[in-house]
Amino acid sequence: MSRIKIITGHFGSGKTEVAVNLAMQDKGTTIVDLDTVNPYFRTADAKEELERHGIRAIVPEFANTNLDLPTLPPEIYSVFQNDGRVIFDVGGDDDGALALGMYHNYFQKENPDMYFVVCTTRPLMSTADDVIEMIRNIEAASRLRVTHLINNTHLSKYTEIDTVLKGQAVTEEVSRKTGIPILFTAVREDLKDKIADKIGNNVLGLKLYLNLPF
Amino acid sequence: MGEKVLMKGNEAIAEAAIRAGCKMFFGYPITPQTELAAYMAKRLPKIGGVFLQAESEVAAINMVYGAASAGKRVLTSSSSPGVSLKQEGISYIAGSDLPCVIINIVRGGPGLGGIQPAQSDYFQACKGGGHGDYHLIVLAPGSIQEIVDITKDAFELSEKYRMPVMIMGDGMLGQMMEPIEFGEETEVVVPERDYATNGTQMKRPHNIINSLYIEPSELEKTVLERYERYKKVEENETRVEEYMLDDAEYVIAAYGTIARVAKTAIANLRKEGIKVGLIRPITLWPFPSASFAKAADKVKGILDVEMSMGQMVEDVRLSVNGKCPVEFFGRTGGVIPTPGEICDALKKMKEGK
Repeated sequence: MSRIKIITGHFGSGKTEVAVNLAMQDKGTTIVDLDTVNPYFRTADAKEELERHGIRAIVPEFANTNLDLPTLPPEIYSVFQNDGRVIFDVGGDDDGALALGMYHNYFQKENPDMYFVVCTTRPLMSTADDVIEMIRNIEAASRLRVTHLINNTHLSKYTEIDTVLKGQAVTEEVSRKTGIPILFTAVREDLKDKIADKIGNNVLGLKLYLNLPF
Repeated sequence: MGEKVLMKGNEAIAEAAIRAGCKMFFGYPITPQTELAAYMAKRLPKIGGVFLQAESEVAAINMVYGAASAGKRVLTSSSSPGVSLKQEGISYIAGSDLPCVIINIVRGGPGLGGIQPAQSDYFQACKGGGHGDYHLIVLAPGSIQEIVDITKDAFELSEKYRMPVMIMGDGMLGQMMEPIEFGEETEVVVPERDYATNGTQMKRPHNIINSLYIEPSELEKTVLERYERYKKVEENETRVEEYMLDDAEYVIAAYGTIARVAKTAIANLRKEGIKVGLIRPITLWPFPSASFAKAADKVKGILDVEMSMGQMVEDVRLSVNGKCPVEFFGRTGGVIPTPGEICDALKKMKEGK
């Protein structure tokens, strides 16, 4: 496992919830909000909560303000100047992955783990071929290889066991066709025990940190 | 696809429009609406449609004018500053009696304002916006599922009454994700428009699409005819949700996302024994005046809540016509009122402060 974990995936696949949960499990880690695509619902929303848990969050200066300026703070370079663990929460699709390119020289030296989050209930992403096309696009934009898959297929509060299993089947097909292993399946915490024995890989119970204001 | 999918409001509008037989989109990107255009850019070329990112919002609305003239189902979308730019074209489309659907995913204003959600374009949508005597049908969905259902209706209403229809959502509705169902995909037959300028084939006289009338009396006549149609829209197409009104002593007036926040507030207030209901206009024009007039006869007061400095509240007051007190609570500039703030505002009204 590399000290650097990069969370990529298609738009709206749940990268931020996965990234925040991974960070919460690993006190002392740093999380970088590298999202230059999404205006609302981002790691910056959970900054206070993260910092309460002793996790350093580097977020763009203008995140959650009224400005639509996709600038990234120079503070991000600090994670390459020490050997601490770090999670990059990247924006959706290849558009979001493009922002990784500016750190290419640093990544080249370290062989980071790059996760791809799959959620097959999202539009235009329901088949293995859709997912593989997006993986290739993100790899091209970021100039990095996806090393692990995460199945995060869900329907918010309407998620059922079946929802997750359907996404699991597609993720397993992607894994077979590409040779990329599945790292874990992410489900809402209360579903974890009901599903663990139905899936061959690890299951991560998610606490939800990004909630609507009502 | 009867299955549930997880979609952002912006994506849901785009997919619902495609399923309603709309194969033409002209627009210009702006936060918090851009996913709509991005979705169209991905999907439309694959199904023989046209996606065109125009050089500006002004160009985009005039392309809509052209496509509507040629008899096509056509969509454009933007957010507040972009919709301001479109107003000239919208007035021309209304003045030419053409159908089209315009989306406004509202953000904070005035001016460049900001990218966070707001409802401060109510006046612009319902009271003109562009110049001249005209109306838009203005639909204000309150959930992603309702967006899906309303988008198809928007195209049909615009064609039935030959007028532009606006779907107005706030940034939150555009950006948030909810599981939705589209239902079975059905073959859509877009009715032929006998007034379309789509080539005579030398078989009929020329059709002319125009909003210029040389004689004042002639212009007046077309406007009067148009207002006869508006009267029918008011009679037949008003939509409203009335929620927990039966025993209500107070009513909250709210639309879109704020109606959702208000429902949480109502649940909390009822736990404290304060009987509150909700009137949620789904059509902002025509405005559901009758619902408010009826409620005013039996409740002690109405609290209008908006993400603005108070715009719809004027229509609520006109509908109530002095029969009960109408108070206002709002946040603006991209700030969403919390359920707690709404509860406090209602209690303040109850205590007569």
